[in-house]
This record gives sequence, C-alpha cells and structure tokens, in this order.
Amino acid sequence: MLVQLTVNGKPMQADVANNTLLVQMLRENLHLTGTHVGCDTSQCGACTVIMNGDAVKSCSVLAASANGSEVKTIEGMAQADGTLHPMQAAFKECHGLQCGYCTPGMVMSAVDLVAKNPKASEAEIRESLEGNMCRCTGYQNIVRAVQTGRDAMVG
Amino acid sequence: MGASDFSNLPHIGESVKRKEDLRFLTGVGNYTDDINIANQTYAVFVRSPHAHANVKSVSIDAALAMPGVVHVFTGKDIEGKMGGLPCGWGITNTDGTPMAEPPHPILAIDKVRYVGDHVAMVVAETVQQAKDAAEYVEVDYEVLQASVTCAQARTNAALHTEAPDNHCYKWAIGDKGGVDEAFKGAHHITKLDLTNNRLVPNAMEPRAAIGHYNRAGDDYTLYVSNQNPHVERLLMTAFVLSLPEHKVRVIAPDVGGGFGSKIYLYAEDVALTWGSKQINRPIKWVCDRSEAFLSDAHGRDHVSTAEMAMDKDGKFLAMRVHTDANLGAYLSTFATAVPTILYATLLAGQYSTPQVYVEVDSWFTNTAPVDAYRGAGRPEATYLLERLVSRCAWEMNLSQDEIRKRNFITSFPYQTPVALQYDTGDFHACMDKAQAMADTAGFAKRKADSAAKGLLRGIGYSSYIEACGIAPSNIAGALGARAGLFESGEVRVHPTGSVTVFTGSHSHGQGHETTFAQVVAARLGLEVDQVDIVHGDTGRVPFGMGTYGSRSISVGGAAIMRALDKIEAKAKKIAAHLLEASDTDIEFANGEFTVKGTDKKVPFAQVALTAYVPHNYPLDKLEPGLNETAFYDPTNFTFPAGTYICEVEIDPATGVTRIDSFTAVDDFGTIINPMVVEGQVHGGLAQGIGQALLENCVYDQETGQLLTGSFMDYAMPRADDFPEFKIGHVCTPCTHNPLGTKGCGEAGAIGSPPAVINAVLDALHEVGVTDFDMPASPNRVWQAIQSAKA
Repeated sequence: MLVQLTVNGKPMQADVANNTLLVQMLRENLHLTGTHVGCDTSQCGACTVIMNGDAVKSCSVLAASANGSEVKTIEGMAQADGTLHPMQAAFKECHGLQCGYCTPGMVMSAVDLVAKNPKASEAEIRESLEGNMCRCTGYQNIVRAVQTGRDAMVG
Repeated sequence: MGASDFSNLPHIGESVKRKEDLRFLTGVGNYTDDINIANQTYAVFVRSPHAHANVKSVSIDAALAMPGVVHVFTGKDIEGKMGGLPCGWGITNTDGTPMAEPPHPILAIDKVRYVGDHVAMVVAETVQQAKDAAEYVEVDYEVLQASVTCAQARTNAALHTEAPDNHCYKWAIGDKGGVDEAFKGAHHITKLDLTNNRLVPNAMEPRAAIGHYNRAGDDYTLYVSNQNPHVERLLMTAFVLSLPEHKVRVIAPDVGGGFGSKIYLYAEDVALTWGSKQINRPIKWVCDRSEAFLSDAHGRDHVSTAEMAMDKDGKFLAMRVHTDANLGAYLSTFATAVPTILYATLLAGQYSTPQVYVEVDSWFTNTAPVDAYRGAGRPEATYLLERLVSRCAWEMNLSQDEIRKRNFITSFPYQTPVALQYDTGDFHACMDKAQAMADTAGFAKRKADSAAKGLLRGIGYSSYIEACGIAPSNIAGALGARAGLFESGEVRVHPTGSVTVFTGSHSHGQGHETTFAQVVAARLGLEVDQVDIVHGDTGRVPFGMGTYGSRSISVGGAAIMRALDKIEAKAKKIAAHLLEASDTDIEFANGEFTVKGTDKKVPFAQVALTAYVPHNYPLDKLEPGLNETAFYDPTNFTFPAGTYICEVEIDPATGVTRIDSFTAVDDFGTIINPMVVEGQVHGGLAQGIGQALLENCVYDQETGQLLTGSFMDYAMPRADDFPEFKIGHVCTPCTHNPLGTKGCGEAGAIGSPPAVINAVLDALHEVGVTDFDMPASPNRVWQAIQSAKA
C-alpha cells in the first residue's frame, strides 16, 4: 500500500507491504538509517522517533497506521546549516554517548521528555529513560546530557 | 620519549570532546545494517530448537519452492569443503596431553549441540521471504539428553566423540605441594563456594554481516560488526576457507558496542562469505535480538571452591582454588584462555600471598559457547578473591579494609606465585582515597539511620587488579596463544602537515578517534583536528589485532608512538637539511624544529611539505615522503588496579536492594582523556553492577532451553538502577610502555560485582544470611532472608 508521511518537514511516500513497520519504512524505503533497531520486543528504544508530537517506538507502529502523520527522526534535529539541536549538543558536551547506537533514540526520547516536562528532575529523567537502553555509558552522562539539554531548550 | 615526558605534553590529560560524536548524533553513522549493496540477497539461519539432538535428515525442497528463495545451504553442502571454526588458544592438560578440541562446523552436519546451533542458511530476495522459507526447512531430530551445568556434563551423554567425558581440559598453576604444606601450619582457614553466573553481553547493535564476492577480481569483501577485522580475516582465510588473505577484505565500520562478543569469528560470517560466491550475489544477515541471545558468545559461568590459609594476624599464607568452567557446546575463538591464562594468573590479586595454587576443569555443555566478556577471566578472578578476602575479614573479626591493608603488596616490581610480574602500583593510596571519597568513617551513623527506618545497610569492598594488553607475543605463545599480540600503527603525514593514522586497534564506542588523535597531536605539536584516525578495515590498515582486553592505548597507542619516533627521526633529517645543520643538533618541540643553541627554526608543516615537494631536499641520502609504520609488541602486561566501595540499603520486606553509593578509585597510569576514561568506568560499573543486581542467563536444566531469551526476561540495567558514581584516580604510570598508560575499559566490570555482593552480605549478615551469590534480585534476596529465618 502507498503510505504518505511528512518526515522531518518533507513529504515522503513509499509503497510498502501491509505488515511493514514504521522503522522498516524509515530505514529501508526512505533510507533514513539514523533510526536503529536494537531488539524485537520493543524494549530497547533505539528506534524511538517523534510521531505527531509524541515519542514512539517505531518498531511497534505499522507504517500503514502512520499514514498521514508527521514524523521527526534524528536526521531532522539539526538545523539546515548544521547547527545541532540543543539536546544533540548536550549529548556531545556531556559525553552522553559512546558507541552511538542507542543515541538517536535517546535524543528523541529526551526531546519529547523535555517538551512535556520542562522542569524534569534528575529522578524523573532517570525514570522516563526507562524505555531506552544503553549498554555503554552507565547512563550517568546521559542523565547529565538530558539535564543540560533541558536547560538549553527551556532557556 | 619516556612516559613522564609524554604526560606533560599539550592535549594529554585534556577532556577533548569526541570527534566521532557528530555522525552518531546526526544519524549518519555507518553501522553494518546501514550498508546495502546492489543486488544483495538476505540470509536467515535455521537454528536448532533442541539443546542436543542427532540430525537425521534435513529436507529443503519445500523451502526452495517458496517465493523469492535463491538458495538453501545445509551442512551437507559444506561438508569437506571447509574447516570448522578454529580455537585461538591451545591448553595443555596437567598430564601433558593437549586439550580436547572437537570440530566446530559452520553448519551442523549430523548433530546439534545447543538451542540456536546453525542447521541451514536460507537465502532469499527479501528478509521476510527468507524468514518465511526458513519455516519450511524440515529437520528430523532425534533428541538426546542435554547437559547445562558442569556437574551434569560430568555424568551425562557426550556432546562430542572427541571428548567422551565432556571434559575439555584440566589445567593448573602454582605450587600444589607448597600450598598444601602452608595450609597445615595455618592459624585459620576460610573456605568459600561460589558461582559466577552466566551473562549475555548484549551490545545494543546486534551482530550483522554482508558477504560480498566479486567474480571479476575473484575476491571477497566482508562487512561485519566485529572488534578485530584482521583477526577475523586471518582465522577465516587461513583456517576455514583456505583462501589467500589478499583476496579477502574485512571491513568493520561503525560498531554499536562489542564488550567481547564481537571479537570472535562466527559461523554466520563464514557462511555468508562462502555462500556469496556460490550464488554470485552479496548476502546480508542481521541478527534479531532474540537470535543474539541464543547465538552470541556468552560470558562467565564458573563454579568454584576457594580456601585461604592465614596466620593469627590475618596475614595470608596460601590460597587454594578449584574452578569448573562451562565452555558451552563448542570452543569459541578465545574461550579456552579465559578460565586459565586470563583468570588463574590474576588470583594473587593485590596481596602478597606467598603461595597460590589453582586448578581448572573445563567442560562442554549444551549451551551457547562461552567466551571473553568485558574483563574476561579477570572479573571471575576478582569476584572469587574479593569475596574470599571479605569473608576472611569477617571470620577473623577484622574489618574489610583492615584485612586488605595487612596483605597489600607494597614493593614493586612484584613477582606473584602465579606467573605475573606487576611493574608498579600503589594499593594503599587507592584504598585511602576510596575510603575518604566514600566517607567510610560515617558509615556507622548511616547504618543506624537505615536501621531506624527498618532497612538493612551494608558496605562492601573490592580491591581488584587486572592484566591488560596481553603480552608479549612469545610468552603468550608459550602459554598456548596461536596468534601474535602486537599492534600496528601507520602515521601518514600529508604535504600540508595534517596527519592520518591507520591503527590496528578498533573503536566501537571507546573514542579512539579522539584519544589517539590527542596522542599524535601532542607529539607533533598539532591541533587535535589536524589528525584523523582510520581503523576497522583490512584494506586500509597495515595489520592489527583489534580491540579487547583494554589493549588499545597501551599497545595500539604505543605502536603509533613508535611510528611517531620514526617520523620524528626522518623529519629531523629533513629539518637539518633545511636549516643547514647537523641532524644531531636538531631539537623538536611544540611543532618546531630548532638548531640547538641558536634561534634557527622551521615548523613541522614546512618539513612535511619539503618531504613531498623535494626541491630543496637531500634526495641522495633520504627518500621523499613522510609516512612510517611500526609494529609494537609489549614486554609485559599492564596492571590497572583500584579499590571500589559500595554501600547498599536493603528492604527486608521486599528484598529490594538499592545502591546508595558507589565509589571507584582506579590507577590507570597516564590518562589521555579524562572524560573518555570516566565514561569507560561508568559503562564498566553499569555492567558489573548489572551482573551483581540484575543480569542472569538461565537455561532450563532439563531441556537446555534458554529461559532468558529476550529483553523481556533478561534484566538489563536501566537509567534508574544506578546512583551517581563517585570516581577517583591514583596515578602510577606503567613503566614499560612509552605512554605510561594501563587501560581502563574493563575495570568497572571487574571491580564492582564483589563490592556489591560484599555489601549485600554485610547487610544481610544481621538477619542471619551468610552466603549469597549474584544476582541480588529482589526475589533472590527475599528468599535468602526467609531461608535464614526458617
């Protein structure tokens, strides 16, 4: 079926099978490989994108059901001139990534968290990152990055 | 250049932000699954649903008839056409005979030996078509009795005809007679039985590979998520496929974490590479997470008994250890080295115990192969020793810190009774700093405060030492290594003075592109951005042994330093020519060549340009160009060490254990980038504490089915499982490498499990629990409390 989406502000479409997942469509049809697959049980959060204003695990959304939605992926976070989104910049500043595989999902979750809870405390940040696994950083610097990104986003 | 000169250079000790971050943060990293090759096909592996079974027949006709299927490969297709997966380390039994080394076929031929063992490879036009067709591969199994534990393997049916008693080797180190004698004269003997539970490494990027045969050149490219592409190529070409190495290029692009599980040559990599020639098309395979649980090499899985003999003051006289190591169904690449050379040799720890004797029996079982996982043998040694030492303290009515202080080695170099010679260290300094940072003096008050809330509080110590940068090659060879353990570095200075470095070590999250660039920039007087690091490609890097065992900076960095020595020596000759001086009078510092005792100077960039535009150049004496390669073989291991202190608070009503504080003080020698080092420590701690509190790989002991086969039932640590870690450093530079570095990647995973469990035991002691093994999950802690009450 033909699925039409607005991805990172641009209209995009692909002819996909009915059982194609959003993450597959993003990666395989639209060649946006920044969104990663880390598990098959919707636990790890590496595939997190923002769909119609909410962070979702794109491995648990059918591409067909995303028809007509607005999707933001990691590729759409920096400005056109390359200036990083404050949350991306905060992850670099705070060493909130090592191998980088979970990072796009972490950044998308963090942006969603701060958008909805601009005053998120450290405990709330730790709790809200429960759906995103990282095996490299021990999370401490990710939490710091989200706090720093939060302050920069909220201003 | 000595280690101390080096540590004073600009950029060294600076928390330079990582060069690699930009691509990872903007979604343009290039992991194996992000790569696609024109005309590629997709593979799915048919895996055994049984732990142990004879394969009576495999019928592929129905699968071949499915839509999109290109080919189905079975064990019969490969039989006689290639070797099995090789083991990289041979162990000699105590009686002088070689270990049992059964074959490890790429696809099962007549028997499967663990749930997940490879039976067939289905290749189709799409992944979904391959998955659908895999369902139609009909395998007739005759199910056999399975062994999951070493104890079962002792008595159960044989997995391999080459190991009729399921025994791989009996190995020992130390003076057994001397230890027995010392035990006879002991004032007190402390004995401990303990289990180091099996773990699944779980790098966030699952393994993936693309085999690509090119008929025009009769050559192959393998893209693979791997930690050491040259070793992968060496093992695959020389031992399995009998191909010349120059016909195979292995590229390990961005790799999403390894932790040991991506060191090895896996059957899938070989099948994809070989299969791509058979169908003359590229074949891509990406592992599902559930498949990774079954088929990635697991870690740990030791059952041990340890005894310490002491005098009346708690001074250690002798230690005796017996360990049964579960190797799984087949010998993975470095499996045999883990419970021997990487484990038993570390059992002296930080202590001057005069006599140590260790005996290891290793076994085949119907479980996934076990190999090195973050720390590899050193965590197993540290867990055993540090648990034993704390128990010694409790039995001798000494505090956990006091017994350690009474037994610390204080004079270096120190020869242990189990082969290693520690070059340097300051164990008392680490302990003192850790105690100050952890405020151990205030523990009693905090414990009283917890008690007032009905909670149990405990403190646990762990003073670890590890051996990094496995070395030197000739000694490792004498101990059974079947590969060299050096590293290579090529430094290519470009005409305008910028530099590309080609290193044989591999970065999969460790930040080498930044840290190594700091090393080169410091030496040549450049900015860090003027240096790029290339790794992970046998087509570009001269050679390499990859990244594991925290060897990258101490061995890989040292190789680059050797290449820089050559660059500097040649550049001085060019500078001497330009400055019309003798090259013995040329000095190099801060990116400038000067003539001793004069103000004549020439910058590095001009020397570089002269090397490539040799118009004013001593062409009769010197070749143009400024490009040098070095291979470095270390003379000894490096010995990072430290003391970790953990405080836990346990709710006896629920069994929930909360880490209240965790302090890690490490001695890594010279630190190049403190930010990166701190990040490595955090990551190691999360994995070690993860083992101590949460993680556990469980097989059904009757059927051999993996019960913890996904993130739904294997408890991975998450952000709210940890407190803020307190990190401190002591620095005694390594004495035998030019950087003074020791390695930092594994320390956290090595030192933390016993600190946590000692803290749990310290807390549970009050309610009568005297013995407890990992993981301290709420249910297990609660059960232990109930059993003690009963």
